[in-house]
Amino acid sequence: MLGDYATIGIFLLLTILFPLAALGLAWVVRPKPLPDEEKLTTYECGVDTQGRTWVRFRVNYFLYALVFLAFDIETIFLFPWAVRFKALGLFAFVEMLVFIAILLTGLWYAWKEGALEWY
Amino acid sequence: MSLNDAVFFLLAVITAGSALGVITSRNIVYSALLLVVTFLGVAGLYFQMNAGFIGLVQILIYGGAISVLIIFAIMLVMDVEPHRTNPPSPRLPRRLGGIYLSILLVITMGAAIWFTHWPLAVGTTGADEMAVLADLMLGKYVVAFEIAAVLLLVAIVGAIILAKGADDK
Repeated sequence: MLGDYATIGIFLLLTILFPLAALGLAWVVRPKPLPDEEKLTTYECGVDTQGRTWVRFRVNYFLYALVFLAFDIETIFLFPWAVRFKALGLFAFVEMLVFIAILLTGLWYAWKEGALEWY
Repeated sequence: MSLNDAVFFLLAVITAGSALGVITSRNIVYSALLLVVTFLGVAGLYFQMNAGFIGLVQILIYGGAISVLIIFAIMLVMDVEPHRTNPPSPRLPRRLGGIYLSILLVITMGAAIWFTHWPLAVGTTGADEMAVLADLMLGKYVVAFEIAAVLLLVAIVGAIILAKGADDK
């Protein structure tokens, strides 16, 4: 029962250990100077940081996330249907088309209202 | 202690530990990231209980979308120094109120779990559960399925109207 997930568990363990090993190895061989002001500056593509790092972001990010959430849930509904696609047949296919059509109305509305515009 | 128990305890420690980190962290961004770890820990528990589909939903919806939503919401309103974004309440009545509500919640949920009779599931589990779900969703409960689409549509439209109103446009 747990055996099927053992592969995932081993992968998980490896993904945790691998970066730790890389960082640890780098720590062993790298020079360790005391941190000065220059070293502690926030990295921003090599140029000096302008203003504060913690600022408010635009509402656009939130709109994108909300639209993403709705279509993420749609994916969840699509998944069992895709698994059983052959057995379910044409009627289920039409049902799914209706389902997607309703959600595409939402995407059309978001588009119309300019929620996807980046200004 | 079998391997199954060991996995459960590991997952439980990760879940409970990161949940504790959510409320003790002074920086709300760290809290949000620890909340993602909590979601993933819960997903691991679902996988362990052989509820693969629910685990998948947990990772995709909570670990993916909800956490992004939470972090974006934080980014929208963030206007103070990061280490002061999630301070503990200094007032004693508020703390006591929080403790009171937590105890109430624990007792209610504990009693609900304790007094419910849990019959062992009979029938198909594992790989077949998705097929059973698909058959029910697109067969017997197809109306509810299509209404779910309408609900999602309403959610998208409502979210856009709310956000646009907040944008003063």
